[in-house]
Amino acid sequence: MENESGALSRVAGLFSARGYNIESLTVAPTEDASISRMTLVTRGSDEIIEQITKQLNKLVDVIKLLELTEGPHIEREMMLIKLRAVNHEREEIMRLTDIFRGRIIDVTDETFTVELTGSSEKLDAFIEVLHQAAIIETVRSGVTGIARGEKSLRV
Amino acid sequence: MELTGAEIVVRFLKDEGVTHVFGYPGGAVLHIYDALYQQKDVEHVLVRHEQGATHAADGYARSTGRPGVALVTSGPGATNAVTGIATAYMDSVPMVVLTGQVPTQLIGNDAFQEVDAVGITRPCVKHNFLVKDVKDLALTLKKAFYIATTGRPGPVVVDIPKDVTAAKTDYVFPESVSMRSYNPVVKGHIGQIKRAVQLMLSAERPMLYTGGGVIMGGGSAALTELTRLLGFPITNTLMGLGAYPATDKQFVGMLGMHGTYEANMAMHHCDVLIAIGARFDDRVTGNIEKFCPHAKIIHVDIDPSSISKNVKVDVPIVGAVDHVLGEMVRLVKESKREPRREALENWWKQIGEWRAHDCLRYDKDSELIKPQYVLEELYKATGGDAYVTSDVGQHQMWAAQFYKFDKPNRWINSGGLGTMGFGLPAAMGAQFAHPDATVACVTGEGSIQMCIQELSTCLQYRLPIKIVTLNNRYLGMVRQWQEFFYQGRYAMSYMDALPDFVKLAEAYGHVGLRIEKPADVAPAFKEALAMKERLVFMDFITDQTENVYPMIPAGAGLNEMILL
Repeated sequence: MENESGALSRVAGLFSARGYNIESLTVAPTEDASISRMTLVTRGSDEIIEQITKQLNKLVDVIKLLELTEGPHIEREMMLIKLRAVNHEREEIMRLTDIFRGRIIDVTDETFTVELTGSSEKLDAFIEVLHQAAIIETVRSGVTGIARGEKSLRV
Repeated sequence: MELTGAEIVVRFLKDEGVTHVFGYPGGAVLHIYDALYQQKDVEHVLVRHEQGATHAADGYARSTGRPGVALVTSGPGATNAVTGIATAYMDSVPMVVLTGQVPTQLIGNDAFQEVDAVGITRPCVKHNFLVKDVKDLALTLKKAFYIATTGRPGPVVVDIPKDVTAAKTDYVFPESVSMRSYNPVVKGHIGQIKRAVQLMLSAERPMLYTGGGVIMGGGSAALTELTRLLGFPITNTLMGLGAYPATDKQFVGMLGMHGTYEANMAMHHCDVLIAIGARFDDRVTGNIEKFCPHAKIIHVDIDPSSISKNVKVDVPIVGAVDHVLGEMVRLVKESKREPRREALENWWKQIGEWRAHDCLRYDKDSELIKPQYVLEELYKATGGDAYVTSDVGQHQMWAAQFYKFDKPNRWINSGGLGTMGFGLPAAMGAQFAHPDATVACVTGEGSIQMCIQELSTCLQYRLPIKIVTLNNRYLGMVRQWQEFFYQGRYAMSYMDALPDFVKLAEAYGHVGLRIEKPADVAPAFKEALAMKERLVFMDFITDQTENVYPMIPAGAGLNEMILL
């Protein structure tokens, strides 16, 4: 999209006006500062997805659009998660973090903050494995993605 | 040369070829009004409510195909314009609305007469802009006109803060503009067009279904040529009336909720449906599950998101109507195949049987004035050649059914949004665009009161509009639904405390006529049309009990019409 103010509002407004659901959304400038790239996760039948694609393309700010799930692609999401880490819990959290290839980025006597990157399923699994009581706070970035191989979304 | 932002706005409009701006002044736009005062190339029309400004710009655009321009101030000026902007958006009308805004340093501060015009209009414009730097002003205006008038047309709002109109910069008129994120398709895919033509030539019961897109896209001539070449029956939507001559024998009438019996039955039974510049709106399709059960559908539209949105089509063609129709004409002429003559003859015979139902008949012997009779007499008195604007309701449907439009850009009504109050200001816009033409506004006593203040504008600019009010003392369409579906519980549909419209028209400086007997209808039109310099407000006291037939109720298919 053009990196203009209001571009994000237009996309969000389009979804809410037509009753489509946004499961997650992330946006940031690209290597060209005048262009920003947005990745959006939504769910629907083939007809709905076709309409969403067409309506998004219609927006004047949208330069180009790619439906990642049409072909092989990579999805990544980042999570920062603050956990209670008291006594023997500390060893357990460090082991799990290692297994999930995450990193502990903040340490206090009572807490660890873990940074984890991967597919949404991997992040879900990490949360699953931890006891509810151990989780103090989670922050997820929303999914971004990129096509595999030579295919790319370029202006 | 170095100009202020205000001077740039006015100079740009002149360079772009804009001749009329409809507007209302206010604090945020004072600099622009000062610049307008000091030139003569662009005429500013002072309305009496910003809704009138946008509807007038809209009527101007619909009657010419050129973009209409409105200028309103910030805050309440902008919010008053929203209805008119949404009206233009729903019917894809090219329009640029300039809204004043508080100075840039006050934006977001809850300043006097501040609203987030860009935020408020975002869902009902094709695009909008907030100009924060005077250096961007000329190019932004060029982009606004480019977006409004290309692809599927639509309203564009440009929000201009007051300090931007005071700041100075070098002005150069941008001759052209290109936008990497906006490239409307013009040419249809030739492979798809060929497939469509093959399908059309093999059809046994074809049907042409054409809409507002044909008129907006300047495709009327090509459509007429194609239809005559093929010998197929053709119907128009409410927005498409005039795209094909209504007096021609191949025209089967309007289709949809209040369309003719023959048009709806032909749609239901056709085997190839050719949809051109129409969007399968719910007023046309009735119950989607029951729509055109036997047909293969070809759909020509400039907007890809319109295709297969409501109804899945078999041969989609994205492109401008005049180009696609031109190619179709060429391919049909070049083709060795002929349309199926014998099948077509049988099809026309069947359509003739449906026509014989005379679905639009009404009691011509009544002592009360029938609204249908008023429209028939209007048609006769104007030679079918007037610009006719309309408000919303029963009168609108009767105007569509009984005034036979042979030319495009003559029938001007709010179809998509259905905005009451549209008729009179839209008539003003049409009259400015065509100063020597007859402009008639068909309205009801409810609708006309919504923008009645524009009678003052009409006096100021000597606009000889003929206002045809079908006064049945009810909100007619609401009353009809309440009669059919709410067992006659007429909640709030009776128009109480009506003014004496003749006295009201005279108070505004115009001629008022009240007509109460059928025998007086034709003479009244003769008298009114003879007054070429005066606005004539005609108050026809009509039969309250009349309903619009046919009618397709909610949930019904096209073949399940309620008939008289």
